[in-house]
Amino acid sequence: MRRPRLAGWIFAGPALIMLGLFFFVPVLLAFGLSLTNFDLYSLADYGNTEFVGFANYAELVRTPLFWKALGNTLYFVIVGVPLSIALSLGAAMLLNGTAGRLNGLFRTAMFAPVVTTLVAVAVIWRYLLHTRYGFINYVLDSLGVAPVDWLGDPNWSMPAIILFAVWKNFGYNMVILLAGLQTIPNDLYEAARIDGANGWQRFRHVTVPALGPMLLLVSILTMAGYFQLFAEPYVMTQGGPVESTVSVLYFMYDQGFKWWNLGFASAVAFALFLIMIVFTTLQYRFASKRGMA
Amino acid sequence: MIVTRRALLAGTAAMLAGCGGPGDRREILRFWAMGREGEVVARLIPEFERLHPGIRVEVQQIPWISAHEKLLTAFAGDATPDIAQVGSSWVSELVALGAVAPLDERLRGSRAIPTSDYFEGPIRANLIDGRIWALPWYADTRLLFYRSDLLREAGFPAPPADWAAWLRAMRAIKARGAPGDHAILLPLNEYEPLLALALQQDEPLLRDGGRYGNFRSAGFTRASNFYLGLFGEGLAPRVTNTQISNVYDEFARGRFAFYISGPWNIGEFKRRLPPERQGDWMTAPLPGPDGPGASIAGGASLAIFARSERKQAAWQLVEYLSRPDVQLRFFELSGDLPARRSVWRAPALARDPYAAAFRAQLERAVPPPAVPEWERIGQQLRIVGERAVAGQLSPAAFRATMDADTDRILARRRAMLDRRAAR
Repeated sequence: MRRPRLAGWIFAGPALIMLGLFFFVPVLLAFGLSLTNFDLYSLADYGNTEFVGFANYAELVRTPLFWKALGNTLYFVIVGVPLSIALSLGAAMLLNGTAGRLNGLFRTAMFAPVVTTLVAVAVIWRYLLHTRYGFINYVLDSLGVAPVDWLGDPNWSMPAIILFAVWKNFGYNMVILLAGLQTIPNDLYEAARIDGANGWQRFRHVTVPALGPMLLLVSILTMAGYFQLFAEPYVMTQGGPVESTVSVLYFMYDQGFKWWNLGFASAVAFALFLIMIVFTTLQYRFASKRGMA
Repeated sequence: MIVTRRALLAGTAAMLAGCGGPGDRREILRFWAMGREGEVVARLIPEFERLHPGIRVEVQQIPWISAHEKLLTAFAGDATPDIAQVGSSWVSELVALGAVAPLDERLRGSRAIPTSDYFEGPIRANLIDGRIWALPWYADTRLLFYRSDLLREAGFPAPPADWAAWLRAMRAIKARGAPGDHAILLPLNEYEPLLALALQQDEPLLRDGGRYGNFRSAGFTRASNFYLGLFGEGLAPRVTNTQISNVYDEFARGRFAFYISGPWNIGEFKRRLPPERQGDWMTAPLPGPDGPGASIAGGASLAIFARSERKQAAWQLVEYLSRPDVQLRFFELSGDLPARRSVWRAPALARDPYAAAFRAQLERAVPPPAVPEWERIGQQLRIVGERAVAGQLSPAAFRATMDADTDRILARRRAMLDRRAAR
C-alpha cells in the first residue's frame, strides 16, 4: 500500500513544489502585506512599516471609489459573461450545424481574436470606436442613429469595453462548446424530431442539458476571467471618463503602483478574491441544483 | 551596386562605433525623458556629445501616463537612471524616498545657472526642507483663454483683471448668449481651475507643515464659493471635458467665452479653430480676488538621482539643457515655455501675443503644497468638488469633507514627521 503512495508523491512532487513556491508562498506573503501599512514611506525605509491588522480592509469599505469600481466590475461581469457565452454558443452551433468546406476557415477566423495581442487590437478598436471617423458610428449613421461618443461618454464607455472584451474572448469558449456539441449523438436529435419537437425545443431539451457540464465550466472560467478586468480599460480609457471604467483590479493597480500603497492594494486583491469565491460558489450551487454538475 | 565584403565590414565597424560599440570608451549617461519632450530632446543631444566627447547620452523615452509608476518601480528595483525629467508634483515624493540628490552645492558653484534668472514659482516647487532637489526645465501654468470678440460685444474692451470685473463680464456674456450657452467652461474632470483660484488666497491649502488640510480657511472658503457660484448662477455648465464632444468647436461657436487652460492649448487653438475665428481669441492672466491673481506653478524639472555614479556628467547635461540658447531651441521644437526669464527676451517669445500672458502669469505662479500625498489630495478635490457642484454637498460640507479626507490621507505623513522629530 505504501509503495504506490510514494510513487504518487514523486510524480506530483515537482508540480507541487512549483505551485507552492510560485503560488501559495506569494499569496501568503501578499496576505501578510495586506495587514501592514506598507507604502511610499516603507519603500524609503522598510523600518517604517507597521502591522495594522484589518485596518486596510476597514478603510477599503469606506472608500467610495472602491464601491464604484466594484459596481463597474459587476456591470461588466453581469452583462459581459452571458453575452460572451451566448455568442460563443451561437457561433459553435453555426459551425457545428454546417459541414461546409469553409468550416475550418470560419473556425480559425473566429478564434483569431483570442490569440492576437490585446494592445494591438485595442489600437484598431480605438479607431473603430472613434466618434467621428469610426466604422461603428459610420454603420450607425447609415441606419440613422446619431453618432455615439463611445470612449468619451461615461454612459457608453463600459458598453464599448464590453463589446471589445466579448469580441476578444468569445472564440475560446466557442472551441470548448464546439467540442461539447460534437459529442451529442445525432440519434437524440432524430428522436426529438420524430416526437415533433421544433428547433427551439430541440435546443432547449437536447442541446442545453447535454452541454450542461461544459456550460458550467465555461461560465465559471469566463466569470473568473471577467472579474479580473484590467487590460481593456488600461489601454482603451485609463479608467475614464469620470471613473466609469475603473475596475477593481484597475483600482488595485492605481493604489499599488501609482501611489505605491502596497498594503492597501493587497487588501483590494484579497477582497476581490473573496468576492469571486462567493460568486463561483453560488454558480456551482445553482448548477448542481439543476443537475448540471 | 557591388559591395565588397571588406567595405561591408568596415561600414559595420563604423556603425558600431557610432552607436557605442565595444570600442566606445565614453561614459554612458542614462537620461529618462517623457512623451513629446523625450522625442524633442533627442535632437539636442548630438550637440552636447560634441561639446563633451567623453559622455554618451542614452535617452530613454517614457510615455507620460506610465512615467510616474516607472520612476517608483525603478527606485524599488534599484534601477533609477542617472538623470530624469520629473513632473513638478513628483519631486516631493522622490525626496521622501531619498531617490534624488540635492543640487544646492552644484548650483552655488555654477556660473552658467543663476537661480535668480528663474521664475520663482517653479523654483519654489522644487524647494523642500530648505534645499533644492531639481532644476526647472520648462514652466507651465494655467490662465484664461477667451473670445475677445464676445467680450468686446458685451462691452468689455479689455480682459478682466479681478474677480468683480470677471463676474460682470461673464454675466453680460451669458445675458447676450443664446439659451444653453454659457460664459465659462470649467470641466468637472479637472481640479486645476479650482486649485488655481485657491492658490490665489493668502492661506495655504495645508497647515502645520503639511500635516493637516486647511480647506475650512477663509481663503479656500472664498475661492470655493466663487467657483461654486459660477455653476449656481448658470455661468458655467455642469459638464466634464469628455461630455463636450469637442472643446474647440464649442469655443469657436461661442458656446462659452472663457476657458482656463495651459500653454499646450496655444498650439491647439491655432490648429483647431477655423481660420475665420483666429482673430477672435486671446490669452489673459488669471483674474484674482483684487487685481491680477496667482495661478499654479507646474512644468517639469531635471533631477539627478542619488544612486547615480555619474553625477558630474549628469550635472553637465543639466547645465547644457539650461543654457538660454538651448532653452530657446527646446521651446521652438516643443512649444514648452522656458523657465528662465532671460530666454523670454528672444524675439520668438517676446513678439508672440499669446505667450505674453503666460510670461506675466509665470511671475505670479504658486506651486501646490510640496507633500508626497498632494496628487492624491488633488484627485480628492476633483471627486468631492464634482459632488459639491452637483449639489450633493453644501459648500460648508464640501470644505469639511475635504479637510477630513485630506487629514486621513496625511495620517501616515504625520506619523513619519512625529517619528523624525522624536529622534
